[in-house]
Amino acid sequence: MNNNIWKIAALALVLTACKSTPMNPAKVEDSSVTKPISNSQNNGNDGSAGTNKIDIKTVDVDSGKDQLSAAELAKRQIFFDYDSDAIRAEYKDLVANHAKYLAAHPQTKVVLQGNTDERGTHEYNLALGQRRSVAVKNALNVLGVSDSQIETVSYGEERSKQNCADDDCFQHDRRVDVVYGQ
Amino acid sequence: MMNILTMQTAKNHLTGIRWMLSTFFCTGVLVWMFANPAQAALEIEISGGSAVQIPIAILPLAEPANAPGKSRIHEIISNDLKGSGMFRVLNTSGVPSLPATAAQIKYTDWTALKAQGLSIGDVQQAPNGNLKINVQVMDVLRQTPLLQSTYTVAPSQYRHVAHLIADQIYEKFTGQPGAFATRIAYVTKAGKRFTLQIADYDGFNAQTLVSSNEPIISPAWAPDGSKMAYVSFEKKKPIVFVQSLYTGERKAVANFKGNNSAPAWSPDGSKLAVVLTYGANSQIYTISADGANLQQVTKSSSIDTEPAFSRDGQYIYFSSDRGGRPQIYKVPVSGGSPSRVTFEGGYNVSPRFSPDGKYLTYIRNDGGSFKVAVQDLGSGDVKLLSTGSQDESPSFAPNSRTIMYATRVGGKGTLATVAVDGLVRQRLSEAGGDIREPAWGPAQAAPK
Repeated sequence: MNNNIWKIAALALVLTACKSTPMNPAKVEDSSVTKPISNSQNNGNDGSAGTNKIDIKTVDVDSGKDQLSAAELAKRQIFFDYDSDAIRAEYKDLVANHAKYLAAHPQTKVVLQGNTDERGTHEYNLALGQRRSVAVKNALNVLGVSDSQIETVSYGEERSKQNCADDDCFQHDRRVDVVYGQ
Repeated sequence: MMNILTMQTAKNHLTGIRWMLSTFFCTGVLVWMFANPAQAALEIEISGGSAVQIPIAILPLAEPANAPGKSRIHEIISNDLKGSGMFRVLNTSGVPSLPATAAQIKYTDWTALKAQGLSIGDVQQAPNGNLKINVQVMDVLRQTPLLQSTYTVAPSQYRHVAHLIADQIYEKFTGQPGAFATRIAYVTKAGKRFTLQIADYDGFNAQTLVSSNEPIISPAWAPDGSKMAYVSFEKKKPIVFVQSLYTGERKAVANFKGNNSAPAWSPDGSKLAVVLTYGANSQIYTISADGANLQQVTKSSSIDTEPAFSRDGQYIYFSSDRGGRPQIYKVPVSGGSPSRVTFEGGYNVSPRFSPDGKYLTYIRNDGGSFKVAVQDLGSGDVKLLSTGSQDESPSFAPNSRTIMYATRVGGKGTLATVAVDGLVRQRLSEAGGDIREPAWGPAQAAPK
């Protein structure tokens, strides 16, 4: 966990460094429709660092879209054991990667959709799926993501495969999906 | 081992009766449709029966050639009475001549058959395209009229009138009200398409209320039968809607951050218990039926869900894992300390009361099998009633005699009913899709 916090801090520093660049406030709107200025170009304009923070946000959104397609953020499913909301060790990095991104992009919103397998009642499974999405939210909170960026919801068993014969099949249904908003 | 006196199978095919409802309006992903009778054929399978069944003869009525539907009145009444498990409908093929009027009845024919009741009558054309349906039921032993029932109605009310008459016969012989002239709501899933439907209790006259590509769960009838609350995922999250059956007016009454689910009406219909999460676990709230006046009822870090009002409206019963495994608890509607209700079994959820307040039904996980349980609130006795392994959503008939629930047969979701004494079972299944989440509606008024 500490390791992850350091990673976030490091990433945040890098992103902050990359942010502090655009020269001309009038180009704010344009930058969203034209190709974003590359980081290297930005770094070449350090002289204007910190002159306008509104500009800085615009560049973040564009660079963020690139990052969202990056490999470490493309994984958006966290699987759980039966009747459990504990995040397994193998998903700590996945959660940490999303936490880094969200902490660095406080305007970005994410929906955590909890899911369960079909065993049990629809409404109780909705509550169990919610417990899983809350577990992921709590992990994101610890890694610096604000509550205002996260909505936890549950689909319960509503998207489960039906008539599973073994746990490999049920396993697929016991998950949280990380869904990015606009 | 109880005696099983009858083992019957009846297959009913839907006839083309449509409810006289106002036009619904369209909104978002939802499409309103009138019933397509061909899609809604439900099969009814009946097994079991009461140890003591009342022998009764239900004679065919003289009917005009253009009487609606494939099933005749005497067939509908017979199916209702047989399905209750309380009656044995007699084969009358050996009787030399069947009476059309009370004056023609030769009582020795019927005492020879050991009939206790005998139903006769006719259907006549009436002005304005209406039908005049007339049924008389005789007490064979006393040789006196027991019941005289006449309805002049539109042909669309044909099946409804037959169910009403069956209710009257049931009540005359058993001393308890019937629940044949009632409706149910349920959810179907075919491919990726979900629909919320309402139908007669026997699956006839099915009509789609809501249709969506996202899940629909937890339909709940308002106590007066005029509105339905349910949960729709059409906005990619669970939101509680309330909708008028007759005008189609529809409102999101609980649409807060996180989940909004598990609507349950207060007995007076003024408010709903709902489950909200915001950013944490499921908790129970109450909210006015129009979405105002939100009040938190439970405050825990556990799961609290599946609320149900007690019949006096003073308590909310609910499922909670606050003690480790899910059990049923109750809490005053105004809030306060919950107390535990179920102690037998390691997993009990989905509480629902019988309308007479005498029973609580719920789902018990019995060694990995989810079954319908019923608890006698007077004696505290608990019985497991259902035989499936994934049974859920129990819901009482308005006469408190029968519980409908969802089960799976051959990998497909179907609906089933079981008498509260466990002696009679019926199964309804729709050809094609999956059917789940039944809710038995309140008794329907007689047509005027």
